[in-house]
Amino acid sequence: MKIRAIDRKGAEHVLEGRDGWSVMEILRDAGLPVAAECGGACACATCHVYVEDGWYGKLPPRSDAEIDMLDMALAVEPNSRLSCQITCKDELDGIKVTIAPE
Amino acid sequence: MSSVETDVAIVGAGPIGLFAVFELGLLDLKAHLIDILDRPGGQLTELYPEKPIYDIPGLPIVTGQELADRLMEQIKPFGATFHLSQMASSLEKLPDGRWKLATDADNEITAKVIVIAAGGGSFVPKRPPIAGIDAYEGKSVHYAVRKMDAFKDKHVLIAGGGDSALDWTLNLAPIAKSLTLVHHRDGFRAAQHSVNRMRELVDAGKVKFQVASVKALHGADGRLEAVTLADADKKEWRHETDAFLPFFGLTIKLGPIAEFGLNLHENLIAVDTAKFESATPGIFAIGDINTYPGKLKLILSGFHEAALMAQAAFHICKPNEKLRFQYTTSSSSLQKKLGVA
Repeated sequence: MKIRAIDRKGAEHVLEGRDGWSVMEILRDAGLPVAAECGGACACATCHVYVEDGWYGKLPPRSDAEIDMLDMALAVEPNSRLSCQITCKDELDGIKVTIAPE
Repeated sequence: MSSVETDVAIVGAGPIGLFAVFELGLLDLKAHLIDILDRPGGQLTELYPEKPIYDIPGLPIVTGQELADRLMEQIKPFGATFHLSQMASSLEKLPDGRWKLATDADNEITAKVIVIAAGGGSFVPKRPPIAGIDAYEGKSVHYAVRKMDAFKDKHVLIAGGGDSALDWTLNLAPIAKSLTLVHHRDGFRAAQHSVNRMRELVDAGKVKFQVASVKALHGADGRLEAVTLADADKKEWRHETDAFLPFFGLTIKLGPIAEFGLNLHENLIAVDTAKFESATPGIFAIGDINTYPGKLKLILSGFHEAALMAQAAFHICKPNEKLRFQYTTSSSSLQKKLGVA
């Protein structure tokens, strides 16, 4: 599966997702600037992304823990997600995410 | 302002800084620790106090808070001094070869060895990504409340949905001329009793709550006059206010360590793997802040690095003494230091 990631300068990066990895791990592995301070524990809100082009609705809903943690994120929009909580799988092939400002 | 002398000054009181106290203590080296947080533990207690950790050798499961508590118990015999709620702000080499580390609370620590155990850097408030916000910071945009009186009879705007946002809404509402709370949803991660109390104040007309976020600031010379608020449908409106208090928790920024003259690679300090010393003799870096071939950002790696650092620090602090390598299991002198013999 492919992930289309927009960085903070607006450049698009097409990344190869790995089954079972989180989108945060793919972004971080590609050297994109997601701080992911807590390492994927849904405890810091520094892997915040906007899920674009209708992909938001195709994701499993936010868990209560993620909803809580998004309260600590900046510039939250209706399509905000924590990328450590999105798991790569074939159905998400082509998903587009924009890294939120820091 | 205080000025103290010690063997080792440790920047960062996270798990690795704490364990460094233990390894240094076994070698009779005294340590002072500096941390910007108001309690020891670093990321353990700030980011994931309740989360379980499964990869600490010998502890099949331990929470962040428990590990911090256990480390504090383990280093208790060594009487380290903590300088909390302050940031290491400058480092200077003295003519006698020692180091003078200053903090932003005007404390000075003179030490023979500096250990940077700062993780990713300092925990600092998250700054909303609003153009020009820096011009207002400290004047009408505040990330903490130092004196409540500063907001007396002011129009105050608070943003956020956690405990700080709710606590300050409740505390400032009685003294402010008006208080508006904005959050991106009509729900909060704050303590339920605080949320209930806030809703009572809203019902009584004493607090205004809006599902909105701040998009722009308007004013001059750091003096805020109004902000632009927007709802989820991107409808915007102007909201008059004297002060804006964003409460979105903390994030990690490297901070003044960047200006300590150390050879940084992508915000990490390159060290050797025999002593975990930086390119500057006498300055060591252990834990997440360092880098070397094969580095793994694991707590257990940092513990190992602390042990080797301490051996090297001994030779700097006590150049004329022979280091006697001993085991806590069998050494009565170590056991005396630990208070168990």
